[in-house]
Amino acid sequence: MIELKGLHKSYITGNNKLHVLKGLDLIIEQGELVSVMGSSGSGKSTLLNVLGILDSYDNGSYKLNNTLMSNLTEKKAAHFRNNMIGFVFQSFNLISFKNAMENVALPLYYQRVGRKTRNKIAMEYLDKMGIKDWAEHMPNELSGGQKQRVAIARAMISKPKVILADEPTGALDSTTSLEVMDLFREINKSGITMIIVTHERDISEKTNRIIQLKDGIIESDLISKN
Amino acid sequence: MFDLDKWQEIFSTIKKNRLRTFLTGFSVAWGIFMLIILLGSGRGLENGVRNQFKGSVNNGIWISSGRTTMAYQGFKPGRDIKFTNEDYERVKETIDGIDVISARSMININNTISYKNEYGNFTISPCHPGYAIIKDVKIEEGRFLNDIDLQKYRKVVAISTIVRDALFKNGDKKKAVGKYIKISGVPFKVVGVFSDEGLEDEQRRVYIPIYTAQRVFFGSNEIDQVSLTTGDKTIDEVDAMVEQIRKQFSAIHKFDVEDHRAISIWNKAQDFKRTMDLFAGIRLFVWIVGIGTIIAGIVGVSNIMIIVVKERTKEIGIRKAIGATPYSIVSTIIAESILITAFAGYVGLILGIGLLELISKALPPIEFFVNPEADLRVAVSATILLVVSGTLAGLFPALKAAGIRPIEALRDE
Ligand SMILES: Nc1ncnc2c1ncn2[C@@H]1O[C@H](COP(=O)(O)OP(=O)(O)OP(=O)(O)O)[C@@H](O)[C@H]1O
Ligand SMILES: [Mg+2]
Repeated sequence: MIELKGLHKSYITGNNKLHVLKGLDLIIEQGELVSVMGSSGSGKSTLLNVLGILDSYDNGSYKLNNTLMSNLTEKKAAHFRNNMIGFVFQSFNLISFKNAMENVALPLYYQRVGRKTRNKIAMEYLDKMGIKDWAEHMPNELSGGQKQRVAIARAMISKPKVILADEPTGALDSTTSLEVMDLFREINKSGITMIIVTHERDISEKTNRIIQLKDGIIESDLISKN
Repeated sequence: MFDLDKWQEIFSTIKKNRLRTFLTGFSVAWGIFMLIILLGSGRGLENGVRNQFKGSVNNGIWISSGRTTMAYQGFKPGRDIKFTNEDYERVKETIDGIDVISARSMININNTISYKNEYGNFTISPCHPGYAIIKDVKIEEGRFLNDIDLQKYRKVVAISTIVRDALFKNGDKKKAVGKYIKISGVPFKVVGVFSDEGLEDEQRRVYIPIYTAQRVFFGSNEIDQVSLTTGDKTIDEVDAMVEQIRKQFSAIHKFDVEDHRAISIWNKAQDFKRTMDLFAGIRLFVWIVGIGTIIAGIVGVSNIMIIVVKERTKEIGIRKAIGATPYSIVSTIIAESILITAFAGYVGLILGIGLLELISKALPPIEFFVNPEADLRVAVSATILLVVSGTLAGLFPALKAAGIRPIEALRDE
């Protein structure tokens, strides 16, 4: 599903070059539930952005579903983002002038699904997330947990092969965090690969595989029992 | 290729971002509105003044008798100057460069004119045949007076369309020429019907041969005015003619050359040129202000578009992250911008034209302000210019935002 070989990425700021990912080798199979941990600044978000084709990498290779993700035109990249990947941001990234339902439905707009159909499907996903009653609410009228559920519903609606979530519970209290994790486990059971970046041990413990990043290299890669 | 879903998406974005839609639209609508008002007022003023010049040729000179205001060679001021046929003949023979010439009498005759049972009061205007050219009348039926009418003291008359319509009712209307009408009780044969674009009371005239009038009504050879045209002389040549005429009259009628009330000479060519020069200036001014208005509009709409697209960078990042292609993003932004600016331009156009209509309808007819219409082609071109510049201004940041990696767009705060 996901195959990284010697993946390098640096940020260039002014005259400085910051080497963030220093040769990652990683294989994640279809249907896995993986958490990525590591201290702040270790490169977790950077890795996830590369996996989500939101950012480019410098060296090595990244294959998604056996297709090499390099030198993609923005049009091709858009196609992969739309069909293969669902991304859940730590800061939600909902469109402020669209209500919950329209936000969830937006990926289907780019798949040319008609307005009525996509709104209906969006309602189903909001129902699954338990926030159907908030469908007409604007993002600024929703709580953090509700926004995160909207964002998750949006990531799921296009039935992606993989969902990438960058600290999805970072802004939530522990009860809500565990609820969201249960949702992720549900989603994962339907066969969607899940990669979750987190700082919290009790979150990572709910996943099947924990990857520890340290200073841009994989420090450990443990498969847990559950 | 009408993509309903895309337009729904565009409309929903427009509807939910009212302020920026309004700001974008306003700068366009305002620019076009002001341009229309400006062009329209300029045109209205020009039409009004041009109308003042209608009803006579633009190269005419009118010499009218008056009353002296200066003492001269022992004469006291306040003496009436009287013209006779001799003045007409002399001007005709001695002044070079005359194209057409006519004398006119303004003496009031009983001005009742009748045909069968219909009658009315109209102005009876004795003149020479050339007056048709000087007065710039248009012959609608028959002919104007001719030289033989004058030589033979014929009792013939050319009547205006208004006079014809007043006297010849229904079936007679088409058959006025050849009929006899009574002027002060004297039968005159209608030889022609003319129309006149001049002032309203000039349209209520009938013209009769001046010698006939002198014989039948006045019993003298007095006239009140000599008018002539100057062909295609330059302004300077015409001025020289006017000087020559003034000197000649002053010598014959014994008044001070500087006494411009003894006889008055209206040189229309000079008046006309002066006014047209003024309008060339006003037109230039209107253009400069108009171009300024448009430039202000362009700067305004471009500014707003740049800010709008910048403000939307994060939204663009989100859209890209969930799979929007650069094309779909750019085309949506551009379509939105064209829609708003074109609609706003249209609104400005309608409001501007509406206000002009209102002004010309609601205001009492002012002689110097007629038909204030704006040149639609200019207005539409200006709208297109604003639409294009707003779109271009939005295009570049939109292309940039759509082309970068989503993560960069998302970082934009
Ligand atoms: N756009 C950027 N330009 C320059 N440097 C960056 C950029 N984004 C991240 N970095 C740097 O790269 C390093 C890794 O950042 P990254 O966001 O991947 O860390 P992280 O592991 O996600 O940390 P956290 O747990 O705090 O989110 C950090 O040192 C950060 O300062
Ligand atoms: Mg991070």
